[in-house]
Amino acid sequence: MAEKSAVPSRLDQRDASWFIDKLFQVLMFVGGISAVIFIIGIFVFITKEGLAFLFEGFSFLEFFGSINWRPTSTNPTYGALALIVGTASITGVAILVAIPFSIGAAVYISEFATGKTKETLKVLVELLAAIPSVVWGFIGLSIMNEFIIEVFDVPIGLNVLNAGIILGLMAAPIMTTIAEDALKAVPDKYREAAEAMGATRWQIIRQVVLPAAKNGLVSAVLLGVGRGFGETMAVLMASGHAINIPTSPFDSVRALTATIAAELGETAQGSEHYGALFALGIFLFLITFIINLAADLVVRGIRKK
Amino acid sequence: MTARFAATALNLSNYRAEKRYRLMLFSMTAMLVLPVLIILSILVIRGAPMISFEFLFEFPRAGMTEGGIYPALLGTIFIVLVDLVFAMPIGVAAAIYLSEYAPDNWLTRAINLAIINLAGVPSIVHALFGVGAFVIFFQFGTSILAAALTVAIMTLPLVIVATRESLQAVPHAFREACWSMGATRWQTIFTVILPNAISGILTGLILEVSRTAGETAPIMFTGAAFFLPFLPESVFDQTMALSLHLFVVSTQVPNVPEALPFGVALVLIGIVLIMNALSIVFRSYLRGKKKW
Repeated sequence: MAEKSAVPSRLDQRDASWFIDKLFQVLMFVGGISAVIFIIGIFVFITKEGLAFLFEGFSFLEFFGSINWRPTSTNPTYGALALIVGTASITGVAILVAIPFSIGAAVYISEFATGKTKETLKVLVELLAAIPSVVWGFIGLSIMNEFIIEVFDVPIGLNVLNAGIILGLMAAPIMTTIAEDALKAVPDKYREAAEAMGATRWQIIRQVVLPAAKNGLVSAVLLGVGRGFGETMAVLMASGHAINIPTSPFDSVRALTATIAAELGETAQGSEHYGALFALGIFLFLITFIINLAADLVVRGIRKK
Repeated sequence: MTARFAATALNLSNYRAEKRYRLMLFSMTAMLVLPVLIILSILVIRGAPMISFEFLFEFPRAGMTEGGIYPALLGTIFIVLVDLVFAMPIGVAAAIYLSEYAPDNWLTRAINLAIINLAGVPSIVHALFGVGAFVIFFQFGTSILAAALTVAIMTLPLVIVATRESLQAVPHAFREACWSMGATRWQTIFTVILPNAISGILTGLILEVSRTAGETAPIMFTGAAFFLPFLPESVFDQTMALSLHLFVVSTQVPNVPEALPFGVALVLIGIVLIMNALSIVFRSYLRGKKKW
């Protein structure tokens, strides 16, 4: 108590600068909390618009069990199975395309490349990640379409393969960046210890660096999957947009996201069809939320160790 | 003769294996980059003949099969400007909170998780949110304002992450020196930290411009129109946009000459890549200038 009175009373005053300080702290807090408000807002608003459909037209069995998405027929049915399979098949091809190149490139950039080469490659990867999704869609529609018809001698080039390759090329730079971060996070002393034991560079990568960076690499793949599920314009333009359970990579399919993008403009606000599209949105929101959460938990796993 | 180092069979096979793997990884990297470079050069070759003064500064004519992209170009600029008005202050404030104020508690973890998820939610779900919230609930209608707000929320993580990184790069000693002079937290942030982090914030701004210009799905139903014969007069009007225009001329309009969508794609990708290249140059220039 005696010590407190020793502090000059001036410092304890709530003067103008104290209030300005508090005011800005509150303003910055509002900015920070806004991300949480927005994410809750997204869930609330899409649920609000989809709620009427979920209580009336929605049947769990039909939604997940039927391939008949016929919102405009006289007796409309809303089976999303073909759309879910479409999205999953495109994402599957995309991940198959993206994993080897992105992990390979990440290892090369992080463990082999040095100096100018390293900088150049990183800049290139960053630029690739910046190409807008609608441009990728157009590339699928024009260049990749011709390419697939020519090479595989099939009548239609807009199919699972096309959308999968396009999506793989889109996801690869992002996955490369995340995977490279994970490799960079492996402490150098691990490498030095292995080198002191006489291990070659490749042995170090295989037996020390990759196992140590495993969680980060898994989370890179998970984020690639999340990206694949959520991509809209590229998939809409390159997949052929036909409701279909694919039996080969050359079949056209339709994705969940593409269905919303193609049909939302034609529906009347508040109609059953409109609600059904919002229900698809809720489903997409939940799936990507879970994937992102999983990726975050996997990464957190490394930090705990 | 003294014993000299001679490569053993094991040394040699290790060396060869090493070379093989190195080559394999390098070709994987090349396979990641090369196809895209080839595709981009096809875009340039087929799109470049379209680019002219008239193409950039005329309205589309004859059912969008002729003429230019002027209203779409201008519309994209409008959306970007309105987007920046919302995304920059909120994003920078959020980054300042997270870097300078946030304690390590559940709320901060929730904010970080929300940021990750804002970036991860599909763009079309952001579009649904924009329709439900801004177009219908707040009654902005399909307008530049609704479109820009939707994109701003979607791209907020970009600004937050770029700004937070540059704030955290300012050495802690700078803050302590400032506090020891009796400055309040806000005075420290405003006079010491922000000026030192301005390069990162500007990089975030440039990236935000590039991202916003390229987004299509979130503006499709919130404010961008397929075709308008006039320019918007206020933020409550609809507008054309370059990204949606590319979608429209390549899929929705019959009898478009083949080169036209290539021209639109080239202009769009030109804007995006120039912006990104600018941010990279800017970043490395300022990194070189740093004194600590």
